[in-house]
Amino acid sequence: MTTISVTVNGTVHKATVEARTLLVEFLRQQLNLTGTHVGCDTSQCGACTIHLNGRPVKSCTMLAVQADGQAVTTIEGVAKDDGMHPMQAAFKECHGLQCGFCTPGMVMTALGIAERHKTDQLDETTVRHELEGNLCRCTGYQGIVNAVLLGAKNMGVKVA
Amino acid sequence: MYSFDYIKPTSVADAAAKRAGNDDASYLAGGMTLIPTLKQRLAQPSALVDLGAIPDLKGISVANGVVTIGAMTCHADVAASADVRKHIPALADLAASIGDPQVRNRGTLGGSIANNDPSADYPAAIVGFNATVHTNTRTITADDFFKGLFETALEPGELVVKVSFPVPKRAAYAKFRNEASRYAVVGVMVAETAHGIRVAVTGAGACVFRMPDMEAALSKTFAPDAIKAIAVSADNLNTDLHATAEYRANLVNVMARRAVAAIA
Repeated sequence: MTTISVTVNGTVHKATVEARTLLVEFLRQQLNLTGTHVGCDTSQCGACTIHLNGRPVKSCTMLAVQADGQAVTTIEGVAKDDGMHPMQAAFKECHGLQCGFCTPGMVMTALGIAERHKTDQLDETTVRHELEGNLCRCTGYQGIVNAVLLGAKNMGVKVA
Repeated sequence: MYSFDYIKPTSVADAAAKRAGNDDASYLAGGMTLIPTLKQRLAQPSALVDLGAIPDLKGISVANGVVTIGAMTCHADVAASADVRKHIPALADLAASIGDPQVRNRGTLGGSIANNDPSADYPAAIVGFNATVHTNTRTITADDFFKGLFETALEPGELVVKVSFPVPKRAAYAKFRNEASRYAVVGVMVAETAHGIRVAVTGAGACVFRMPDMEAALSKTFAPDAIKAIAVSADNLNTDLHATAEYRANLVNVMARRAVAAIA
């Protein structure tokens, strides 16, 4: 067992974990942050996407011990107070979901897209390319692409 | 996943010392291949030596016409590096074509070449640019590093520290990617280096290989048509559910011509 200290959504959590505990298992089972989903468990679907030090990664393909001393943001940590983050609001506005299972990962990836393009211009082709790590089996993606563009725009990113 | 011990050294020397004498231990780089392998119980290391906390393994520098990249530098950082984009744009393009954004934020140069997946992208850059692999004990030239299917010149416990890429005069990487995994079905790096034209092929065979006939033809005439008639043998090429050996053989020629066209 290894003792780790991980800052999750701004709060420092000290915990003891087995070395083989995945980061997503730590988040869901020890911290009860069940917004981060496990879709495929094989690094394909992106439902488990969280931010590690501000960058989207798949938490099913990382050990909790690798996050020791680092900062994690989950879907529970993106909105201020009780409202929705502009990116979450855009998913609602654009019908960027049906069953909603992929949505937390989609939003975390979308926030990464907005962050990477905050100083240039974002277009639909780029959004589609950079959503390659997230699978949705309901929507056909059009609503999601629209939501990412609207959310980024409402966050101040120039959108083509 | 089977259980294992976990060690997180903070220096290259410490990592090598922790790994020494423990043949059942593995280094853990970005983990984009190793962790899925562990989850499927296809490997059972006694210990993982995590390289994630060693500052000396990270970073990109440029000096005297050589771009040097630390082994633990992630693909996203190579793709976004202004230095790499300026000096070797084909390398930035290659890094940007690996996996998806989340994978590029974790996967590393050192992990990729040490694993030597037959469909990995980086081997085409190492061989195409005639790069040098620096380990904790020696330097290994590109043509000597990749030995076969998932096999390299690395000795047990030997650790990739950095790779130095001589800046080519011009280069381009053409990749026919698997649409689901983004691995290379076939990828071809064509580069004009200080020591001549090099054509390096990944995805097609057991590991990266060069095409001497194409290199010779392109040295005389640098144009796609100069290599159009050069047949690629399907012998010993890979067949899987994505493509047959014959299909890959044809793709090698097509991708090589696309790379040349992108440069010429």
